[in-house]
Amino acid sequence: MKSEILSLLIVLCMGPISAHAGTVDSLLENYQSQGAGSFDAERGKQMWFDKHIQKDTGASVDCTTCHGLDLSKGGKHAKTGKPIDPLAPSANAERLTDAAKVEKWFKRNCKWTWGRECTPQEKGDLLSFLRTQ
Amino acid sequence: MKGKYWALLMFAVWALLVASVAAGDDDRRGGMFKRPPGVEPVSNPVYAEECGACHFAYQPGLLPAASWRKMMTELEDHFGDNAELEADVQEALTSYLVNNAADKSSAKRSKKIARSVKDVAILRITDVPYIRREHKELPDRLVTGNPKVGSLSNCQACHTTAEKGIYEEHGINIPGHGRWDD
Repeated sequence: MKSEILSLLIVLCMGPISAHAGTVDSLLENYQSQGAGSFDAERGKQMWFDKHIQKDTGASVDCTTCHGLDLSKGGKHAKTGKPIDPLAPSANAERLTDAAKVEKWFKRNCKWTWGRECTPQEKGDLLSFLRTQ
Repeated sequence: MKGKYWALLMFAVWALLVASVAAGDDDRRGGMFKRPPGVEPVSNPVYAEECGACHFAYQPGLLPAASWRKMMTELEDHFGDNAELEADVQEALTSYLVNNAADKSSAKRSKKIARSVKDVAILRITDVPYIRREHKELPDRLVTGNPKVGSLSNCQACHTTAEKGIYEEHGINIPGHGRWDD
């Protein structure tokens, strides 16, 4: 009984901290079922800061163009200037908790930034980096 | 005695007329007569969330149905951004926009917008002739030259009640400049 209460307490305490854990884990599993290998947060971090030249505008962009250099502080839309909430789950518990949202923004933003969709491997590496932020 | 009542009645009619003309001057809600907003405010939470993530959630009544229909089939290049949606969401939002478009709305400014648009292919709200006319006296330094505004497409930067669909003069506050009177 005592240990049950203890474990319940632990779960309750952990809940808000790792709200994104289940979503991210199942996304990673999903990427692996699509052919990705093991994931590497370090590789994800590199991709996050990798500059790309946009074909249409000639502008040099990376993920921080909109998300800002500090993931815990948020950024703003490159064109409209609309504020973007922090992407770091440590600063914004809602982040990475909705799989459909994650996929939607991967699709849009990979195309905007890299000019193509990201592969399951790339998405997994990026998520592995982002979840630690 | 009869004459006195008659005079009172006439006064009441006159007062009502004056009040309604004053209220008709702008599109504020409230006052003696509840006037509808200039354009109907956004009523679809999915629209507010999906489209409002990147920019001001422009009310459907700011463009005619034909414009929305065209725009919603070109979301992969949405003024230079990728704004692709899942097929079901795209379909639902297209119906919302089309059903509440300027040419389907009875709101004052929507009607003016619908009347002014001759070219059905207009995609930018800032290209709507009525909206261009309304802003033509604004010097560039207050808009494009103003870092807090940047573009005429940034409605809510100056129209403090834009989210409610109210674009009347009383609600204008241009950053670094203040009120605007024609």
